[in-house]
Amino acid sequence: MAEEELNVRGLTGVDLTLRIAGPGTRSYAFLIDWQIRLLGALAWLLVALLLRRLPSLSRAPIAHDVMLAGWILALITYFLYHPVVEVAMRGRTPGKIKAGARIVTLEGATPGVGALLMRNLFRLIDCLPLLYLVGLASCMVTRRRVRLGDLAAGTVLVIDESAAGESLLRLGEQMQHTGLSAEALQLIHDLLERWELLADAQRIRLARELLAKLDPGAGAGNAGPDGAALRGRLEALLVRQQRS
Amino acid sequence: MSANSDPDAGIWIRRHAPLWRTLAAESTAASRRSRATVDEALQTLSAYRALSRHLASAREILPGSVLATTLAQTSAALHAAVNRSPRLTRARWIGLVREDIPAAAASVRTLALWIAALLVASACAGWWLINTYPELISLIASPAMIDGVEHGHLWTYQVLNLAPPALLSARIFSNNVVVTLGAFCFGILFGLGAFYMIAINGLMLGGLLAFTHQHGLALGLLKFTLAHGPVELSVMCLAAAAGTALGDAVIRPGEGGRAESLRRRAAELGPLLVACALLLLGSGLIEGFISPHPGISIPVRLAVGLGYWTLMMLWLSGRLIPRARARGERQSADQSGSTR
Repeated sequence: MAEEELNVRGLTGVDLTLRIAGPGTRSYAFLIDWQIRLLGALAWLLVALLLRRLPSLSRAPIAHDVMLAGWILALITYFLYHPVVEVAMRGRTPGKIKAGARIVTLEGATPGVGALLMRNLFRLIDCLPLLYLVGLASCMVTRRRVRLGDLAAGTVLVIDESAAGESLLRLGEQMQHTGLSAEALQLIHDLLERWELLADAQRIRLARELLAKLDPGAGAGNAGPDGAALRGRLEALLVRQQRS
Repeated sequence: MSANSDPDAGIWIRRHAPLWRTLAAESTAASRRSRATVDEALQTLSAYRALSRHLASAREILPGSVLATTLAQTSAALHAAVNRSPRLTRARWIGLVREDIPAAAASVRTLALWIAALLVASACAGWWLINTYPELISLIASPAMIDGVEHGHLWTYQVLNLAPPALLSARIFSNNVVVTLGAFCFGILFGLGAFYMIAINGLMLGGLLAFTHQHGLALGLLKFTLAHGPVELSVMCLAAAAGTALGDAVIRPGEGGRAESLRRRAAELGPLLVACALLLLGSGLIEGFISPHPGISIPVRLAVGLGYWTLMMLWLSGRLIPRARARGERQSADQSGSTR
């Protein structure tokens, strides 16, 4: 049975929960990274090709070496992209950032160089027989949805929550100045955060009920304003309460 | 503290909201920071402690709320930033080269001997096979190689002399690294992968030696491999032994279970792979610059091969630089690093 969350004990004894990224997030991140490294490799070849066609170089004895260097750089870019970028970005890659994921250890820590290199070493097996089928199968059957490389390195791919700092910043600002009660503020935030996930009828009903309680003078309890207008009123209520 | 004593969640929130802004800013800065001064590190730790306190309170006052979730997520991000491995300092490199690598090599010494025995046994089997059934050489050698040997030419000199030595070294190095790392990684398949790779390589080695012997070229092949072969084959055995140890960790896990056992063994054996890569780099350079050179005599090749192999053995056994001395230097390097 696959786990949805990785529970770790913080240094102060408070439990922390990290959401484990599934095969979908992994594949999405991999596809972006694959495109980047492929384009990087092709760029080297293109540069080598263009240099070779320069009139001053085309007849020189090093013309062959230029193309060879292009090939070597292209292969290095393609094959060493993951280990180098993951080590440099401490468990992230452009693909993982785009997919909202990052690598952590089983203790929720940023993995060290050794663990990152070990996890990449096992790509030799994970990529077999083609299209990372072994790795994908391993993600499907393991408890923490990890590939063999992660198993050997003791790492897990989790949803990146580093943007939570900015959410806390906004939340702190709103909560400091608002005239609304904590519960009301929570309700508005909950609704606004889940707005896109809710069905249209459902979010309109919830918004009307909330506005009818918190802002009875506005008359939102009756039928009339559409979803976008109701959302605007909820946001305006937050701002108005902050100013007051 | 205030959360427990103050029943009004609103008051608690408004009292602490300004601090959350500071903590949020610290969390974002700590996640992005690549190097931190002592003051910055202490500030981050202080923020981590404060966030944990507030998270515990928020979970009690407003369980399941956006605030509790956001505080938990921020704490998790800061937890990762705080629990970051130190950079690879000079002291850590010294420790890796002088202590971790010999320790990893010592842990697979017996297995490496068994693997070497397997390599020799499969080489003997390959020799016997090709001697008894010469037509089977087509299973392990390409038609071009067979044709060349039948006409009295070793493929080593024909192919190698076409490329410049530096490029040749790079190609040989990358090829050897892939084979070595493959022997390690495939060991995860209960050790069978490493076993298979060594058996196949031994079979090919013995078969090719028998084939060249049949055409009077065995001495030429030995002359070619004398300088780089000892270390190259030893490294392959070491990597396969490490792979078998990985398989053993999967077959016979300790109390922590298979995954934990595998993780622990892989972390112990990781330094050995660094040693293998470095040794193969030297081996590749010898194979690119010395082995194909027809002017270098057999005694010189033998001296290079044995000398490099002895150096490898001294390093891996921890005798190249005694560990007691290494530990002392490591401590002094640590001290100088901490006072910097």
